Amino acid sequence: MRTGRAPYAFLAPALVLFAAFLAAPIVYAGYLSLRRVKVSGLGLGAGARTEVWAGLGNYARSLTDPEFVPSVVRVGAYGLIVVPVMLGLALVMALLLDAGRTRVGTFARTSIFLPYAVPAVIASLLWGFLYLPRVSPIVDVLGAVGITAPDALSSSWVLYAVANIAIWGGTGFNMIVLYTALRAIPTDLFEAARIDGASDIQIALRIKVPIIGPSLVMTFLFSLVATLQVFAEPMTLRPLSNTISTTWTPLMKVYRDAFVRNDIYSAAATSVVIAAATFLISYGFLKLVGSRAFSQER
Amino acid sequence: MAVAVLPDTVKPAPAVIRSPRRTSPTATVLLLLGAAYCLLPVLWVVIASTKSASELFNTFTFLPSTHLFDNIAYLTEYRGGLYWRWMVNSALFAGGGAAASTLVSAMAGFALAKYDFRGKSVVFNMVLGGVLMPAVILAVPQYLLLAKVGMTNTYWAVLLPSFISPYGIYLCRIFAAATVPDEVLEAARMDGATDWRAFARVALPMMRSGLVTVFLFQFVAIWNNYMLPFIMLGDDKLFPVTVGLSGLLNQGATQPAMYTSVVTGAFLSIIPLVVLFLTLQRYWRVDLGAGAVKA
Repeated sequence: MRTGRAPYAFLAPALVLFAAFLAAPIVYAGYLSLRRVKVSGLGLGAGARTEVWAGLGNYARSLTDPEFVPSVVRVGAYGLIVVPVMLGLALVMALLLDAGRTRVGTFARTSIFLPYAVPAVIASLLWGFLYLPRVSPIVDVLGAVGITAPDALSSSWVLYAVANIAIWGGTGFNMIVLYTALRAIPTDLFEAARIDGASDIQIALRIKVPIIGPSLVMTFLFSLVATLQVFAEPMTLRPLSNTISTTWTPLMKVYRDAFVRNDIYSAAATSVVIAAATFLISYGFLKLVGSRAFSQER
Repeated sequence: MAVAVLPDTVKPAPAVIRSPRRTSPTATVLLLLGAAYCLLPVLWVVIASTKSASELFNTFTFLPSTHLFDNIAYLTEYRGGLYWRWMVNSALFAGGGAAASTLVSAMAGFALAKYDFRGKSVVFNMVLGGVLMPAVILAVPQYLLLAKVGMTNTYWAVLLPSFISPYGIYLCRIFAAATVPDEVLEAARMDGATDWRAFARVALPMMRSGLVTVFLFQFVAIWNNYMLPFIMLGDDKLFPVTVGLSGLLNQGATQPAMYTSVVTGAFLSIIPLVVLFLTLQRYWRVDLGAGAVKA
């Protein structure tokens, strides 16, 4: 370990950028969330509209907005589908690859990882077309056996339709992370169990999964944070479906308030609420699992 | 937690040695099902981009046609090649942003891993807070601040916020700690190297494999980003391909002929990233949990 002034020079670009593009926007959002526009007289002419302190009024309005609560509930349900299904699939695929009992390993690993290279907007676009009854092969197949497939973009299915896009896009990356962790396990840790007659499934559940626990915790955390900020998928699907409202997710509501209604104060308050909730949930989760992840080890 | 990229010399043992046992049909079937699910939409877009506008909705989904080059020509003609401008913009945002943020992250990570200084734990905790802070929530306040200095609707509005990546700094700190021995830096100092030379000539080459991973992470994150350019940019000549195509899809609602261009554009837009992935696959060995076990 060395000392001196050099570390500050190395850190300077990062600190300047951090201050300008992370710290300042957070502080500014906090400031705006406590402000409002006051209209005096008829609201005409210069000086008729002035910015004044609003107390917690914007927060009260944001939290009691009849469209905010449903969007939070919707994203909660969306997260309950996406995170377990995506990580479950990723873990199963990673364990299957690691067990090495197949000749299609390289092909499957590359194919499942491929969707990570497809931006969420493009993925939503591809799936969006595949959901259209006139294009969907599933509708054709079900139709051939006499079943009328439900419209994936109808109000009762659209949540699953969006969840499927996120699962499709995220499984491969998480699989690679878990697979890398599995490959790092020393073989002798489970060779002994194998000699004692343990099956592949027993070895996977009793030995491998507990060892890669920290990786599972981190993939869970990152997936959770990504889920709370879902924006691109529903925004892209909107032109194909009239069941996705402009406030379908909390972040879409922030966008609408700021740019469609020009109410930046309310948008700022909602942003602060989402940021605080994300932070509390991730921090609470790390406390809950008692993880020493993020410790300043070494 | 830590992230470890296996050094190139430590190749994982070949599967045959690790499991010299018979293959399992169940495993093969499950993996192929997973692969099929992931390839299906990609296969569809490849086939659909060969269809003419009338065929797109009226022929069997997976029946290819012969109009790929017509579709590409039509897309290229759209507003004087606007689509290709979007692709160049995406490459510029992702390439420039990832290169700059990798350098910024490497310097900061190196300082955090190899020096003792006042305020180190404050800086480190700020980085961790930044990792957990979802970047898209910052997009609206970032827009409002950049609007104050008149920088919205410029390339810089998208590039500058992508130069800082708390996660990249976090990764680089781990790479520097794991791959650059203190003795080597000490030796460089004995030879009279300045701190900067020790970093640039000694530490950077040692961290190379990890830096490629950070670059790829950031490249994909910027290339895939939608909300930041969507909010920052008004002029469609500055759009990256994600924002451009989603705008085209919006037009399709009133001009269904646009759908062919949207599908062809989507197909062409995923080719560069897929090629990048297949060629640099060996760098995707990110172990998010390794350090926590060792800690």
